[in-house]
Amino acid sequence: MKPLFNYYRWLVLVVVAGFCLIPLWATIIGGFKTNGDLRTNALGLPRQWIPDNYLSIVTTARFWQMLWNSTVIATFTVILTLLVSSLAAYTLAHIRFAGRKWIANYLTLGLTFPFATAVLPVFIRVRDLGLLDTYWGVILPQVAFNLSFSIVLLRSFFAELPRELFEAAIMDGCSYPRIFWKITLPLSRPILATVAVLALVGSWNNYLLPLVTINDDAVYPWPLGIMQFQGQYSTDWGKVLAFVSLTMVPAITLYLLAQKQIIAGLTSGAVKG
Amino acid sequence: MPPNPTLIEKVAVQKAPLRKASLTSALRSSYRSGSLATVLLFLPPALLFFTLFVILPVGEASFFSFFNWNGYGAPHKWVDFENYIRVFNDPVFRVSLTNNLLVILVSAFVQVPLALWVALLIADQTRSSVVFRAIFFVPYILADIVAGLIWRYLFDGDYGIIGTFCRWLGLEAPEVLAQTGWATAALLVVVVWKYFGFHMALFIAGRQNVPMDVIESARIDGATRWNITRFIVLPLMRPVVVLSLFFSLLGSLQLFDLIIALTDGGPLNSSHSAVSYLYTFGIKRMRVGFGSAVGVVLFILCVLVMLFYKRIFMREAESK
Repeated sequence: MKPLFNYYRWLVLVVVAGFCLIPLWATIIGGFKTNGDLRTNALGLPRQWIPDNYLSIVTTARFWQMLWNSTVIATFTVILTLLVSSLAAYTLAHIRFAGRKWIANYLTLGLTFPFATAVLPVFIRVRDLGLLDTYWGVILPQVAFNLSFSIVLLRSFFAELPRELFEAAIMDGCSYPRIFWKITLPLSRPILATVAVLALVGSWNNYLLPLVTINDDAVYPWPLGIMQFQGQYSTDWGKVLAFVSLTMVPAITLYLLAQKQIIAGLTSGAVKG
Repeated sequence: MPPNPTLIEKVAVQKAPLRKASLTSALRSSYRSGSLATVLLFLPPALLFFTLFVILPVGEASFFSFFNWNGYGAPHKWVDFENYIRVFNDPVFRVSLTNNLLVILVSAFVQVPLALWVALLIADQTRSSVVFRAIFFVPYILADIVAGLIWRYLFDGDYGIIGTFCRWLGLEAPEVLAQTGWATAALLVVVVWKYFGFHMALFIAGRQNVPMDVIESARIDGATRWNITRFIVLPLMRPVVVLSLFFSLLGSLQLFDLIIALTDGGPLNSSHSAVSYLYTFGIKRMRVGFGSAVGVVLFILCVLVMLFYKRIFMREAESK
């Protein structure tokens, strides 16, 4: 590589990396500063490290409660999304029956529009089912809105598994549900991981749906909690920044652990075209 | 003595597919293999979820949009197209749609080119490329809410980076988020910060699909780096660019959390998007009819985008 190109490449990359990381840096160290320090010294290290902002948050039950709420909601969303969409995708990929095409098309209608278009009727449905202020009031609509894309991803993957395997299994008297459990699912781990990542990140970060279906702050997932906290301490930036930094910890930890799967999962639209 | 049973079975197995299946025998065979039971067991959960929480609500939204309704009791006050007329006559809604359009334009002319430029610099497997790739994707994995709050702090005139810089220069720090126009500009900066990593990841995947041998042979023929990029790599990546623009369109139509956390639509309702407008003027005030009308408009926009994309995509596929 020519040295000139090398300099240019590094210059561009370092500038862009600064653009990405400086806001995060300012946020994390901001949580250790007093408000006076924040005012005059946004980028530098704290003149005096004050752990109080962080400590006062991690010692409250409310903080852990909302992380727990988000965890429960995300866990059930991922499990139900995987289960319901893989069952449907398997049927649509491997069994011929009357109306199969029609049902497949119906289930992909959801690709066309975002959740926001239907948010009011969903709220009314959740209310009429008596699920306001419950985890299920968030989980069930989330699963439903995950289905279209998950089924598209899973179905095309299932359909590409080698046919001979199924034929052999059927010849041996293996039933369809057994094939699903013993052959299809174990062979489909990569695509199941993709669907799980999409469902997990979508649920963890979801704000609009819980905003309309949850009022009781004992059930708040963390995005609602953080906005409430910000409303309470709006001028006390040190506290707010500490809170924001703490909520970034799970996302960044997961990203560092499973970076490859996460990037592949979140950009899976590219694979499907 | 019966004839050799295995032989009969063999013949039967061979003949079976040739026999024209009657409905009852088809049913019987599907029952025996369990395929009918499987269909009846495996499909209903998805159909139920999807119908109850996706399809019916969209239908209901179009129904509710003709009523003046606060969500309690049954809707009975039919108002024809009044909600739609009100939506389209509301200057705030027009500003919101303009903001959506601005996001799309900035995405197309700033974000996507930036992402493409950076992606081409780090599509190889060197260690530095892998590290930078990981860094550039970080803003995308954060929640929109978090991104909005971080930048709300950075743009704060009393605190934040802008404030610090201005004080260094001896200027009075502007309250960026408190001025119409500037608040929207700030929003656009945050959108680029948050989403360019996503587009970059798409482009890196696209770049890695460009066949190596084509590039090698061009290099052997003496093509410069720039010529290879300009005449081989970029044309081959066209479909990915189209895809990426399509994601920008859809993303803009869904933009919500970021705005609530950054500006809450203010000042003077100048920085709303279509969805934050729907939330602020429909949901927050429990105007179900009005909010549903906004939802229906949004729905139609999404369908149009989808059809538009399909046409372009088809043309791309044909021209190959």
